[in-house]
Amino acid sequence: MLMSGVLACLFLLSLFIGANPIPVLAAVMDAAGDTQSVIALILTEVRLPRALIALLAGATLGLCGAAMQGLLRNPLASPGLVGSAGGAALGASLTLYSGLAAGFWLALPAGGIVGSLLATLLVYSLAGRAAGTATLILAGVAVNSIAMALISLLINLAPSPYAVREIVLWMLGSIANHSMDDFWIMLPGTLLGWALLAGTGRSLDALTLGEETAHTLGVNLDRLRWRIFIAIALAVGSAVSTTGAIGFVGLVTPHLLRPLVGFQPGRLLPASALGGAIMLLCADIGVRLFPAGTEIKVGVLTALVGAPFFLFLIVRSRRWQT
Amino acid sequence: MADVKLIAADGISLTLGGRPILRQISLQLKAGEMLGLIGPNGAGKSSLLKIIAGIVEPSAGELLVNGHALRRLPGLERARSIAYLAQAGTAHWPITVARVVALGRLPHLGSWRNASAEDLRVIEAALRRTDLLELSERPFPTLSGGEKARVLLARALAVEPNTLLADEPVAALDLSHQLEVMDLLRQHCNEGGAVLVVLHDLRLAAHYCDRLHLLYQGRTLATGTPASVINDANLAQAYGVSIRRAGGSLADAFALTWSKIGHSAP
Repeated sequence: MLMSGVLACLFLLSLFIGANPIPVLAAVMDAAGDTQSVIALILTEVRLPRALIALLAGATLGLCGAAMQGLLRNPLASPGLVGSAGGAALGASLTLYSGLAAGFWLALPAGGIVGSLLATLLVYSLAGRAAGTATLILAGVAVNSIAMALISLLINLAPSPYAVREIVLWMLGSIANHSMDDFWIMLPGTLLGWALLAGTGRSLDALTLGEETAHTLGVNLDRLRWRIFIAIALAVGSAVSTTGAIGFVGLVTPHLLRPLVGFQPGRLLPASALGGAIMLLCADIGVRLFPAGTEIKVGVLTALVGAPFFLFLIVRSRRWQT
Repeated sequence: MADVKLIAADGISLTLGGRPILRQISLQLKAGEMLGLIGPNGAGKSSLLKIIAGIVEPSAGELLVNGHALRRLPGLERARSIAYLAQAGTAHWPITVARVVALGRLPHLGSWRNASAEDLRVIEAALRRTDLLELSERPFPTLSGGEKARVLLARALAVEPNTLLADEPVAALDLSHQLEVMDLLRQHCNEGGAVLVVLHDLRLAAHYCDRLHLLYQGRTLATGTPASVINDANLAQAYGVSIRRAGGSLADAFALTWSKIGHSAP
């Protein structure tokens, strides 16, 4: 539909825009014809991975945000909430700090996924088997705070200014400077996470009527929670460990699109995945439009735009309640 | 179908945090039957309903649905045969009335199948029966309390369940809407289904239900026809009230003294 078209256009646009203008068509011809030209290298080694990673990470954030909001029936929820993003950041930081990431290229994403899974499991066990939404959110906030505190400690104790710089830059969130290898590393966890989330739409629809009624509609709530938590850990862990912390896409995207799908949580999942990819591609094209030399990280841009929007949501939801 | 036991509960007990909530409750529900669950607040009515709905696991006892153990029934199969109308239910997103009602088809659809013409027909029938066709495109939160209750009942009817469990379905409704909802539940029984309904209004219970089950402090105090359950001794013990007869008989005191205009008197 319309969104897929927009996404395809942005993807192509993302291939065209960069620090050095290159004739893309010629580059495609060169790449296809196995000619090792500079423009072909820029296209396949710089622009293509960048666009693909933005696509995967954006879709993951949008999809996981929609799943989280549907599960908790709370429009203010996001992947960061269940500790998934914080855990991924901590896991990835640990590998950066210990030097594992430098020595062994799989270590960074693996650290992200493991950290994300552990944080999610910690939140789940803290909140208990039959936890209400409020307990779950509080546990998520607590685990995220712990993860952030430990990351600060790592930065504080970092042996060299170089390690500090690496962790801090990575934390800001960026899609730039990745290779196709990074994309391939990110792909399996991402696809696995997406596949797990794909079948949850109907259950999330049923949850519209509350947990007890959803149960009587045949939803196994325990299994649904596990499935969504593990899916988010896999997808967000893969994304965050590659791109760093990119905030607010997972929160804002489902919100913007919800009215367009009649507020149905199930239909929101694919829409929000497409929307998240569109938003992140836009943001990444946006940071490239700044004059050369001022390198704005994409995570900084999404936070600058997303945080005020978050405030706006809170103010508006407060008005609804009164 | 006449003698099939849709629900057979035997010796159901529930203990929460060391506190006994239900003790040795046994009840049966046959096709075409409306069973009223009555009793004072805290007697365990809602807990019993949730156990039969499969939401809460009983501490002891056996529960059969169409002769099969409820615990072993696959979730979707259970969901197709038992619908549950929650007390003070709501919708968490502002979806339209038609979409709320359509959620009742989920047990038939599973994860992937799309709604068929048959599903759409059932949804429309549920909307028409509850007189909601004109409201079908309205967002749920914009409705009045009475309209919301009707939408949620339509959602439960759209399941096309054998057994309908309703927890205080008339609690927040005015007199005429109470009768409307009770008539719909009665209609479900007349079409071969069964209804287990928690009620506080003993006049509605006496008028509409085939049998009553009176709970008091988690125990069955009395069970049987309304005339045999609603008597001075039972009400005194369960509710701590005495019945003022106002010159008439006990039956007169619990007669439904109003009916919808345009309908014949009950």
